[in-house]
Amino acid sequence: MSDISDLYPSFYSKKVMGHIQNPRNMGEIKNPDGVGTEGNPVCGDVMRLFIKIEQKTKNKGQEEEYIKDIKFQTLGCGAAIASSSMLTTMVKGKPLEKAEKITREAIAEALGGLSPTKIHCSVLAADALKKAIADYRKKKK
Amino acid sequence: MKRIYLDYAATTPLDPRVLKAMMPYFKEKFGNPSSVHSWGREAREAVEQAREQVAKVLGCQPSEIYFTGTTTISDNLAIQGAAKVAKKKSRGNHLITSSVEHHGVLDVFQALEKRGFEATYLSVDKNGLIDVRNLKKAIQKNTVLISIMYANNEVGTIQPIGEIGKTISQINKLRMDNGELKIYFHSDAAAVVDYLDLSAEKSGVDLMTIGAHKFGGPKGIGILYVKKGIEIEPLTFGGHHERGFYPGTEAVPLIVGMAKALELADKERKKAVEKVTKLRDRLIKGVLKSVPDSQLTGHPTKRLPDIASFIIKGVEGESMLLHLDSVGIAASSGSACTSGLLEPSHVLTAMGIPARQAHGSLRFSLGKDTREEEIDYVIKVFPGIVEKLRKMAPKGVLNE
Repeated sequence: MSDISDLYPSFYSKKVMGHIQNPRNMGEIKNPDGVGTEGNPVCGDVMRLFIKIEQKTKNKGQEEEYIKDIKFQTLGCGAAIASSSMLTTMVKGKPLEKAEKITREAIAEALGGLSPTKIHCSVLAADALKKAIADYRKKKK
Repeated sequence: MKRIYLDYAATTPLDPRVLKAMMPYFKEKFGNPSSVHSWGREAREAVEQAREQVAKVLGCQPSEIYFTGTTTISDNLAIQGAAKVAKKKSRGNHLITSSVEHHGVLDVFQALEKRGFEATYLSVDKNGLIDVRNLKKAIQKNTVLISIMYANNEVGTIQPIGEIGKTISQINKLRMDNGELKIYFHSDAAAVVDYLDLSAEKSGVDLMTIGAHKFGGPKGIGILYVKKGIEIEPLTFGGHHERGFYPGTEAVPLIVGMAKALELADKERKKAVEKVTKLRDRLIKGVLKSVPDSQLTGHPTKRLPDIASFIIKGVEGESMLLHLDSVGIAASSGSACTSGLLEPSHVLTAMGIPARQAHGSLRFSLGKDTREEEIDYVIKVFPGIVEKLRKMAPKGVLNE
């Protein structure tokens, strides 16, 4: 038998509902440094992330790239919207190296858990960010 | 906050008159109908009176009515029960249904396929209608049962039950003349009780299922109509109750409530059809006019008075439901994201709606208590929700 939360995927936690009602960093960045679009052909959800990268000088004079701004656009269910919204709050202002290591598990955990059928929504968010960072690096070359 | 319930097809509120009829059987008249004493007698009288009330509405004999647990249990008892008899008597092993049935029927067919039965799932047209000619063609020598829903719960399309019944009767006449066996006709009528004529005689069905909570009755109680002469076998065992077809102590208050609800539904049907159809059309017109890239699903005219179902392009169903809920409006969707199976509704898929569009499916289902100002409120706030969600979506996705 399936897990009970698997059978009622739309029964969201308060935290998820909060992001659905008030998505953070929703929208578009004009002239972004990187864009990543990821979709799930099965369910039909599509996510797009825009990132703006800046250099920062660390203590020892070393340069480091960090995500100065990030915005998302999502066509999808509540979990997809909440995952993308949560992800943006997790990586905004963070060094690129750290941001690209964000896993779907970390996103789901930050949301207080997602039902198994909604896990792929957090995968979409993590993958869209990887694509946006790859796009930035490609453009930089 | 204003709360507007437009999900009557999921379940209806209990009619206060039904609750009133049920109350004594929770309290002072709590007896077991099988007991010999006065407590038992008054409970037995209530159950049998309820059976008579139900039979009157269905236009059949009380002995043709069986009380069960839910519509799903009735579906199982009808289909599996008939299949068991067919197998025992080597009558045949072929079953026919439509591809838009409720899971209460579809899943039973699939389970029977694993037990050696063959099944044909009839296709539907873009409006969700089956073609009676296809049904005729699908009938084989070894066909034992045909199960077609009275009307679809997701898109509201009403099947030509009368015509199907007539066709099967004609075929059965020929078969019986040739010494062959009768094909049973089952119909799941769960979605239609408030709005369509249930008289079993007229629609020519042999087996029919309904459940009380879809028409102002309590949850946890259903009916199976079994025409005289139709043979089914029980699926559970444990006593003489319901003549052994659904053993277990009768749920007296629920049975009383269901009979009352059915009587009220029948009495108030004409008024309900008139009122609800008008409101449904107001909602359909309002949505199609004020929401760009929206379309109606289901048959434009052969549809239940209470179902207003749409595809809203470029928006996902569950996110619409959550945003509607946040302004107090209850609706439903067949999008993959709401299913738990990550697949869009099989009904929309069978109607040829691609998964990408089924993603934006939305159903409002109205009830007898729905008011015009509630419909107008939905028409007022819904376009804004769609606009907000479309703005949130990546550009260009709508037409991809």
